[in-house]
Parts: sequence; structure tokens; C-alpha cells
Amino acid sequence: MRWLFENARQPTLAVKLLNVNWMLVLLLATIAGIGFAMLYSAANGNWQPWAARQVLRFAVAVVVMLAVALVDIRFWLRSAYVFYAVTMVLLIAVEVRGAIGMGAQRWIDLGLIQLQPSEFMKIALILVLARYFNALPPEDIRRPVKLLVPALFVFVPAILVLKQPDLGTALMLVIGGAAMFFLAGVRLWKFALIIAAAGAVIPFAWTHLRDYQRNRIYTFLDPESDPLGAGYHSLQSKIAVGSGGIFGKGFLSGTQSHLSFLPERQTDFIFTILAEEFGLIGGLVLLALYGLVFIYGYAIAFRSRSHFGRLLAFGITTNMFLYVFINMAMVIGLIPVVGVPLPLISYGGTAMLTVMFGFGLLMSVYVHRDIRIGRHGDTEQ
Amino acid sequence: MKRESNRSKLLSRRAMLLAGGKIGLLAALAGRLYYLQVVRGGRFAMLADENRINIRLLAPPRGHIVDRFGVPLAVNRPTYRAVLVAEQAGDIPSTLDAVATLVPLTEADRRRVARDLRNKHSFVPIAIREDMTWDEMTRVEVNTLDLPGVSIEQGLIRHYPFGEETSHVVGYVAPVSEKELDSDDPLVELPDFRIGKSGVEKQYDLELRGTGGTSEVEVNAFGRIVRELAHEDGLAGQEIVLTIDMALQDFATKRCAAEGSASAVVLDSWTGEVLALASSPGYDPDAFASGLTPAQWKDLVENPYNPLTNKAIAGTYAPGSTFKPMMAMAGLEAGVLTPETEFFCPGYFQLGNSIFHCWKKEGHGTLAVRRAIKESCDVFFYHTADLLGIDRMAQMANRFGLGVKLGIDMPGEKTGLIPTRAWKLATTGVSWQRGETISCGIGQSFVSVTPLQLATYAARLATARAVLPQIARSQGVMVPASTVATAVRSEFEALGVQQKHLDLVRDGMYGVVNEPHGTAYGARITDAAMTMGGKTGTAQVHHISEAEREHGHLTGTRVPWQQRDHALFIAFAPVSAPRYVCAVVVEHGGTIGGEGGAVAAPIARDLLIEAQKRDPARRVPPVPFGGTTLAKG
Repeated sequence: MRWLFENARQPTLAVKLLNVNWMLVLLLATIAGIGFAMLYSAANGNWQPWAARQVLRFAVAVVVMLAVALVDIRFWLRSAYVFYAVTMVLLIAVEVRGAIGMGAQRWIDLGLIQLQPSEFMKIALILVLARYFNALPPEDIRRPVKLLVPALFVFVPAILVLKQPDLGTALMLVIGGAAMFFLAGVRLWKFALIIAAAGAVIPFAWTHLRDYQRNRIYTFLDPESDPLGAGYHSLQSKIAVGSGGIFGKGFLSGTQSHLSFLPERQTDFIFTILAEEFGLIGGLVLLALYGLVFIYGYAIAFRSRSHFGRLLAFGITTNMFLYVFINMAMVIGLIPVVGVPLPLISYGGTAMLTVMFGFGLLMSVYVHRDIRIGRHGDTEQ
Repeated sequence: MKRESNRSKLLSRRAMLLAGGKIGLLAALAGRLYYLQVVRGGRFAMLADENRINIRLLAPPRGHIVDRFGVPLAVNRPTYRAVLVAEQAGDIPSTLDAVATLVPLTEADRRRVARDLRNKHSFVPIAIREDMTWDEMTRVEVNTLDLPGVSIEQGLIRHYPFGEETSHVVGYVAPVSEKELDSDDPLVELPDFRIGKSGVEKQYDLELRGTGGTSEVEVNAFGRIVRELAHEDGLAGQEIVLTIDMALQDFATKRCAAEGSASAVVLDSWTGEVLALASSPGYDPDAFASGLTPAQWKDLVENPYNPLTNKAIAGTYAPGSTFKPMMAMAGLEAGVLTPETEFFCPGYFQLGNSIFHCWKKEGHGTLAVRRAIKESCDVFFYHTADLLGIDRMAQMANRFGLGVKLGIDMPGEKTGLIPTRAWKLATTGVSWQRGETISCGIGQSFVSVTPLQLATYAARLATARAVLPQIARSQGVMVPASTVATAVRSEFEALGVQQKHLDLVRDGMYGVVNEPHGTAYGARITDAAMTMGGKTGTAQVHHISEAEREHGHLTGTRVPWQQRDHALFIAFAPVSAPRYVCAVVVEHGGTIGGEGGAVAAPIARDLLIEAQKRDPARRVPPVPFGGTTLAKG
């Protein structure tokens, strides 16, 4: 804790707490509140089994978020590698455990929540890349050799997660990582090269996909070809969303969700309940709320005086955006069904904790926006 | 510091680019939502309703069938079954054991339950035992508190109070067969639905069936009913009132059954109403409604007496001598005979090298038409046939309802056959032979008719009108007293024959029964008010060869049953003003080469006595049976 006292101008905890962006907290609480209502509806108007636990988790997560926000941004910079390494070890641990016969179990049971290391990896990756690119001298960004290490940061966990198999998380890691490369200033032609290389690998990768993954892509392309089989999710969620119309069927009156036509309605497909019960209006309001969160994220990034702070803020915001976009796009049939939760709304402990941890980092950037940070976490005067 | 500032600018630029992309993607989400919820919202709303709303069809109760006085012949009996809802039952094997202590459960029942448990959702009721008696039902019912998940379901099953006695008239119902499934009525697809398969049940199936009700229910993704949204009661099937008088039917069936394979038809000749229509043996129609076992079906199909055939309308027999009154009418009308025309009967008739025998070997001597009918002389009618030719005979036979479809409202009516020159040429390619006319003249050779046609023929002889038979009196309501017929129904066309010829023939038929030497003198009705006229007939089944005739053929009970002649009789009564007519056919009831009045005539006599005693045509239904308030069985 030496660093806490290093700087004489370090503000007190109370001052920091006042500095927290409370409007953002309110915004997040609003979205989480919509989530509670949806979980209440998903259980046919009951607090059990989901809504009550979700409220409890959110309460815990808010405390975690504030704690993260109050911790000095430089601590997060310094501990980025450790954080990444620990998450990596956990990820490998579940992978190994899965390999020795526990099936596709991706979590570590902690009682209140079941910890999914792959979920934490989304944040750890942003953190570690922000630190790396912060430390990289601007001229080095042009040297491909210097990009090798951060590329490994992205692909090693992505491949591990893909093997679980968890297409959604792998997708988020790769796209989230790529966004960080892009923000750091990597030349566009390098992305083109990677995409071209990936294109060349796709036919090979296709043969290595699991059957169910291939089926998901097939049924995405033509969901009505197999309405009772693999296309069921996709078709029923489209029916739920579409039947909501402009104004929706009313709170607790969604037929698709209440009559169990929607599987997984409390987790990845929770948006269907909102769209069915509150219609286009409800869907657009939620989109707008998320939009406001992203705008806050950008504003925080722009106000930060440190490169690390900005990279981190843009990265976190982009990561949140990916959660929202991939989830909604899959629910309304724009992309294949992949397992990505809707942040703050889907039922699930790890996702809630991860998302709120991310927002905690974002707020930490805001609280410590005026601190200038050198390449190695030292304070610049 | 410049380096830093450049880096910062690059980051901002890139961040804005990224933001632009994000805005584009969010717009895509919003656009997609608009497309799904507004542009295609209607279609998806419909699909959502299709998902959740299930329309269940409710079977209406089938209409009852009653006799002319309202006696129920086909009703719906409540049936009880014990069902088990797996999700409400605790330990299923012990529940089943508990049920088994109350009602017997077979191994097959248990296996079926086990299979259903595996295949069906746990909220779907599974039948433990079907068709329980009232006693069994109450035993389970009072113990349901100790039997979690077990309950009683009530259904309706068709029941025929008179069983075999009405089987050929009323018919039966059975589960819908594969090929009947493509009917337009959705009711037939109900798993427990029964459809009329024969008799009146089949003829009036649509009227009896009624219209299905619907229950609109909301179901969840597993098919569990959440609640009922709308309910529309169906329309119960109509009641069908038959012309049958059940008491007479009962009497006729018992008389026929005593003869083994026989049939009888009693008509009200003024209206064509069938008062009794018996065909023995019958079958148990209740067995069809609940489903026949393969063994039961095999027994029915392999029985030599053909219990599944309604012989009264679908059995075709050579009319034998019952044909002769018609022959006399044809001869008189055509002018080839006069009441005084005489022929000599030496016991045979020769045509070229062929000899045609009279049933009376020693011959009848010289006789005119009245005695020819009374004593049933074959030779007299050989002469008549030869003079008439086959086509004029056929014309008159058809006029009396023989060899034509009468259009009775029952399925399965046969046409029989009255040959003509054109018919023979068309079917065999060989032209008509003169000798064939001779055989046809006494109702043999190609000639075949049904008992219903014989009864109709008797009715036409009795009324001089083209009477047509019918079996259903009305649909829906009992016939009011005012409809009791007081004269021959005027819709029936006149036959267009001379009354004096008809009187002469009827007088001959009076002689058959009421005068010594008449072929049915033994079966006369002694009560003067009920006197009947009639005509015997024998249908040869076995051709008697010349060798047999030479050496004497078997007689009496020494003849194998299958080779014995059919015995026939037609009759009308009372002679003074004929109203009731009947036809009786006893299969293989004669011997060989005899005159078959001995077996059929007494049945006809008894039927006509019973008919006249009861006089159903002139009686109105007793009050309790009036209108549609008929008690439902």
C-alpha cells in the first residue's frame, strides 16, 4: 500500500466518493431495475427464483464497483499483468478439470456465484492491453514484432475459451482485443492482413467446429427449416419479439415467455421478454439507456488526462457495447445464437460481477481523471 | 510532449471512428426491431397465438334411435374409466397396487400404464382401467383420497338395449377407419369417436352425429392446458324414430332365430313402413362399440349362417312359387290368360326334348288360374310363361318391385335379378333360350329377389299401388297422432293393373291358405277377422338330376342342410281389407323338390296374427314418449 501515501496530493476517500459519477450509477441502477422487472416477469410474477437473487447480487456488485472505482487507477495499471495471469490460471484450471472428465463445466462454485473465469478474462484482457499499449512508445506501434505479445494476450485465452466450447466469449475476446489494437493506433492494413489470414483459415476451422456449432450457423441461415430442432430458439424468440408489436402485450402478459415457449428466458434470451411485453417502445428505450451509458464511457475517456485511462475507458465501453450488441443481435436473429448475456439484465452472477467490475474501472478512470500517468505507472509531474 | 500529443490525437480519432461504427450497429438493432415488431408484427402475433391457443373439439352426444313408440333401440351409456396423473401421484407402483385391491388389474393393464408413463407428459391423464362397472367406479371414487393422482373420467359409449334383436336394423358404431378419416368433419379425428358402420347407424350417421363443440384453451410449450379462453357447446345428434314396432320385431326375431338362418319382413302396406325386419342370426352390436377381439371377429366371419349379413335386404333367393301370383297378373294383363283359360297338367311339361316337371308328380289335371295359384301348379305357369315370353314377365315383375332397387333408407340393399333377353345377351353373349323362360315362369333359373322385395311385392298386390318401403319415420320428433294413415299413401303411384285381375289373384291366394288342397292350408288363421292370403314358395338350391328323380332322391332330414331348399312365404292380412303384409324366407328350410309352405308359412301366420293384434299402424305413441322429451337412456 506504499503507493497510497506516495502522493501528498492524494485526495481523501470522502472526496473521491463525491467524485464518483453518480449519474452513471443511477443509469446503471435503472437498467438493472429493468432487469429485475424482467426476471420477475420471467418467473410469472414471482421474486423467486431469479429476481430476488439478482437484486442481492446487484447490491453486492455495486459495492464492488464503488470499491474498484475508489482504488487508485495506478494500482490497476500495475496489477494488470497479475490480474491477467491469475485469470489465465483459473481459465486453464477449469479447462484441465473439464478435460479430466467433468464435462463442459466452465465455472468454479463459490456458493453465491459460480465463477466463470472466461467472463473475467474479458476485463482482464482490456486491462492488460491498455497497460501494454500505454507502455509502448508510439514509434514501436509500427513494428509488428511489438504486436506479437499483445496478440498472444488475445488469442491464447480466446482459443482456450473456444475449446470449452464458448463461441460467444471467444468472439467477444477477439473483437474486444482487436478494438484495443485499433485504438492503440495499429495500421489498418495489418487488420486487413489478419482478416485475410483468418478468411484463409475458416475452411480449416469449419471442420474443427463441433456439430452443434455448425448447426447453429446453419439454422441461423434458415431457422424455419428446423422449427422444432436447432432452429427452435431462434424462431421462438423472433416470434416473441415480433408479436410484441409497437406497444407490447403489457407487463406480465407475454404469452411466449410465460408459456415456456422460450427456453433460457431468464439468461441470454431475457430481451425477448422486454420486447414482447413492452414492444418496440420498450426495446428502443433500453437501447437508448445503453446508448447513454456508452456516451458516458466516451465522455469519461475524453476527460481522462492519461493515455492508460483513455485506453481503459474506451476498451471497457467497447466491451460493454459488444455485450449489448451481440446479445440483442442474436436474440432478434441478426447473428447466430451464441452465448452472450445482456449486461445488468440477464440472470447470472459472474456476468453481473464482471460488468460491474468493468464499470468500476471506468469510474476509477473518472475519479482519477486528472492524474497523469507515465509509461510505467509512475506519476508525471 | 509532441509525441504524446500525437498519440492522444490518434487515439481520439480512432475512438470516434469506433463510435461511428457503434452508432451504425445500434441503428441496425433498432431497424431490426422495427422490422420484426412493426413490419412483420402481425404475422408474428399470429404465430404467437398459434403457439399458445389450442382448439379442442368436443364430441356431441350421438342421437338416440327409438322405435315408432319411442322404445329406445340405441342409446348412450355412461362409461367410467380410472385415470392416473403421474405428476400428482406419489409412488406409482404402490398407487397401482392400491387400485388393484379395489378393481382387478390385469398384467396387460399394468404394461399399458407403464408404457404410457414413459411416452406421455407427466400431466397427461393415463387410463388405468377402461369401461368400469358402476360398482367398480364407486369403489375407486370413495377411495380417491387414499389414491393420489387417481380420478374417474366419465365418457359415453353406444349401447343397444335389444342387442342382437335389432342388430341388422339399427346396425352398430365402431372406431373410425383409416379411409373414413379424410371426411370433412373434424370430429372423426377424435380418438374416441365412433361412426355408424351399418344399418340405420350408417344411413343416418350425419344426422345422429351432431355438430362438434369447441373449447379454445391456452397451452404452454409442453401442451399443458393453462386455462380455457372460450367454450362453444356442440349440437347433440338428432333422434331418429324408426317405423319398427319393437314388440313385433322381438317376436319376428325370435321366430326366425328358432329356424337358424332365416329372415322376415313385416310392412304396413298402406305406408311402406317396415314394422319388423328380422334376419337371423344377428350379432352383439355392443361388442363393436367397445372393440371386437380378433377371436370374436373370426367367429362372426366364419359362421356359416352369415350373422353379419342382413338377409332381409341383402340376401337374394330364387322366389320359387311365390313368383306365381305375379305370373298370373302378367298373363291376365297381357291377355294371354283369361280367368277361364284352362291347361291340362299331366305332371310335366314338354318342350322339344326337354321335360319340365310339376312338383306334383301325378299332375293336377285340367285347371284354370285360380286353382293354379291355390295348388301352385307348375305346368300351368310353364304354359303361361311360354305364352308371355321373358320380357313381358320381367316388366310385370319389376312393376311389383321384384329385381329393382327399392331405395329403402338402409345401406346394403341388393337388387336381385329379373332376367331379360337384353340382359342375357349383354352378360353372357348367348341369346335367350325358350326353355329358360319356362324355368323362370316358376321363379327359378336366373330369377333372384330379396325378402324385402317379396314383402313389397305382397304390399303392391294388397294395395295395387307402387308401395316403397322405409325404415325411418322421422328425425328429431315423435310422429304426432294425426299422421296415422287412414288410406294408402297417395304418393305411391297406381300400378296400372285391372282391379278384377288383382281380385282374382288375391282370391287365389286366399285359397292357398284357407281352402283344403291349398298349399298352406295348415297355416290358416282361424280368427275370421284376421284371415290371411298368401303364397308358398320353394327355392331350389340343389339341382335334381334325372338319375335322382328316377331312383328317388333323399327327403326330409336326411338331406344335408346345405342342399335343402329355401322355404319362402308371402302373405297379406286381413283378406277383407289388407293392411299388413309379410315375407318370410327360411334358408334350407325345405327338403328337396317339395312345396315349402311347411316351414315358412306358420311363421308368416304368427307374424300377421301378432301384427293384427298389436295393430301398430293404427296406434299412436303413449304420452310419455311424445315429442323430443323422450327419456334419454
